[in-house]
Amino acid sequence: MGVTIGSIGLIFGTLFGQDMHQFLPFVAAGTIVWALLSTLIIDGCTTFVSSESIIRQIKLPYSIYIFRMVWRNLIIFAHNIWVFVATVVMFSAWPNEMAWLAFPGLLLVLINGVWIALTLAIFSARFRDIPLIVTSALQLLYLATPIIWLPNSLRGQHTYLYEYNPLYHLLELVRAPLLGQSPTLANWTVGVVLALLGWTFSFAVFARYRWRIPYWI
Amino acid sequence: MGQIAMASILLDKISVHFPVYDATARSIKNTLIGSASGGRVTTDVKAHVSVQALTDFSLKIDHGERVALVGHNGAGKSTVLRVLNGIYEPIAGRILIEGRSVPLFDMKLGMDPESTGYENIVLRGMYIGFSRAEIRERTDEIADFAELGSFLHLPIKTYSTGMAARLAFAISTAIEPDILLIDEGVGAGDAAFLEKADRRLEDLIKRTRILIFASHNEQLVRRWCNKAVLLEKGRLMGVGPLDQIFSQYHSSLTSK
Repeated sequence: MGVTIGSIGLIFGTLFGQDMHQFLPFVAAGTIVWALLSTLIIDGCTTFVSSESIIRQIKLPYSIYIFRMVWRNLIIFAHNIWVFVATVVMFSAWPNEMAWLAFPGLLLVLINGVWIALTLAIFSARFRDIPLIVTSALQLLYLATPIIWLPNSLRGQHTYLYEYNPLYHLLELVRAPLLGQSPTLANWTVGVVLALLGWTFSFAVFARYRWRIPYWI
Repeated sequence: MGQIAMASILLDKISVHFPVYDATARSIKNTLIGSASGGRVTTDVKAHVSVQALTDFSLKIDHGERVALVGHNGAGKSTVLRVLNGIYEPIAGRILIEGRSVPLFDMKLGMDPESTGYENIVLRGMYIGFSRAEIRERTDEIADFAELGSFLHLPIKTYSTGMAARLAFAISTAIEPDILLIDEGVGAGDAAFLEKADRRLEDLIKRTRILIFASHNEQLVRRWCNKAVLLEKGRLMGVGPLDQIFSQYHSSLTSK
């Protein structure tokens, strides 16, 4: 993770002529939060399929498999975040008290991560090409989301590229506080609305298809 | 994991079908293209095939009954066990179960080769429904029975097959279930251990309210069970005393 962030930061920072003191912490925070988001989604797809042997042997609440996956990725995130801390120390770019907002932001990211994972886990049990489609889509979104480029490098043009990207808003909920800024109202609104709609949708899907899961995997 | 006063099972005309999907039906891309073009682009999206595992299956089991499920391979014995544990929800019929069931299909299920013996007692224990406190109470007894001594501090991947099986057996049989579901082939370890394991299994069965045992082993069935159920191709062929069901089973074997 450290090597990835270092090389991306140096290469793209030089390419775009960025100030490294600002750019490297930005890349570090963005990459780490994106890693959490994208692995929640990708691992979410395979949650039920990879627990097949357990699901067919003993009846346990399906939430166990989802929470286990979320917990695992949270632990990985807790390890990765030290790369960001190292960057901060290196450039003495200490975040201000805004950094505390990263915690409610992270919580909202996880709440959204759970419904996305549950929904994808159910559909991926039935359709085995969904994980592949999701992986490709995330690769595209990685480039379309301001992670290795600053939003202001668009100079106000084509801002829809990220404004309509829900993952960008989720990302900002954690990244902005880490960089000493408050997430915007739009970030919070998208995060909360997405969670409400998503949980409703996911709950309906789960209620409808839950009993099919052991037959599908 | 306290036991309830009266355990009972009622299966009322349940049916279980397994869908069979081919590679095309497994792909959302092909399924969407198929339905959007009315089957003109890909003609591979066929009507789904399904296997009938259980058909109109009804069974009533009362408190204290020890029931053997008898039948050929593929008759639906394992499916019945899985329905009773709630793994498979049938597409039709009604199920009423009083009491908590514990499946002993794969005794090693949930054990992690990287973790130590003690950690695995907790892990496996939680899979079969113990709380941490209940596991703590039983740890000494389990460790004692498995006879692994200080090996319990080592990762179980360092164990021999027999040792791992002994530990799995010791944990899995520490339960106090209302309904115990056993699928053929329980047992653990070497000859010296087998006798001990036998007694422990017998104790477990004695304190269980209802036993459901799927097996071909007539000798074991006669020792453990007081009632038998004959299945054939997912249908109920008979329920009754062991002698009657076994003679029915044997005659179905010779008539083939």
